[in-house]
Amino acid sequence: MVAQNIAFGIIAAMMIVGAVRVVTTKNIVHAALWLVAVLGGAAAQYILLAAEFVAITQVLVYIGAVMVLFLFGTMLTRAKLGSERDLNNKSVAAGIVVALLLAGTLGYTLIDRYRAEKLPTNAPRVTTANISDSIFSTYSLPFWALSIVLTAAVIGAIVLARRD
Amino acid sequence: MLINEFLLLGAVLFCIGVYGVIVRKNGVLVLMSIELILNSVNINLLAFALRHHGDVAGHVFALYIIAIAAAEVGVGLAIVLLIFRNRRSIALDELSEMKG
Repeated sequence: MVAQNIAFGIIAAMMIVGAVRVVTTKNIVHAALWLVAVLGGAAAQYILLAAEFVAITQVLVYIGAVMVLFLFGTMLTRAKLGSERDLNNKSVAAGIVVALLLAGTLGYTLIDRYRAEKLPTNAPRVTTANISDSIFSTYSLPFWALSIVLTAAVIGAIVLARRD
Repeated sequence: MLINEFLLLGAVLFCIGVYGVIVRKNGVLVLMSIELILNSVNINLLAFALRHHGDVAGHVFALYIIAIAAAEVGVGLAIVLLIFRNRRSIALDELSEMKG
């Protein structure tokens, strides 16, 4: 238990630092690399939450595919790599106010509702077989909808990005 | 472990993502902030799945969110590329054609 709490603290601190750097850094490639730190930390948190399959999928899809997409997007939308001043717009004060208000509200509600409730330690394990069983039985309708969305997204991305 | 550790971590990541969406001007960085938001939602889903003694629905919908996020990034980056090709810039605050 103590070891899990220590691991949680270290990973959470890394994720928060990385997330702050993603939204404040002046260099897009650095932002992408900090985002890798946040996504990897999220995968570690999923393992702490006993969700191995989701953690593996997170690593494969996010760090493997989405980050490559981001780096391609960065490469194709700028002539030079490196820092650039013009990444933020003029609403920094508004952003800070909104984020702090939101954090205050969410934090107050969560602490008020869940104070020191513990996660169960003897919960039955959710195996990959359980997940696939429910994807293809109970939740098969969202699965079909998701397949159609993915097909539409692929076709849409090709139509948008082709050069004519 | 307390459930609030995970929920508060998700809340903090969500707020940082919202800040990024509001403040960033570069289209690619706005998409990265949206990824932060989606990840905080996933942490919440899995924390509640464990709280309800290993409910499989949380895991399934976390996977669906990952798939939706991949589709969203694909289309989003295609749009950003198109904007860049037409305007030589991806500063989102210069896009005012749809303003009435």
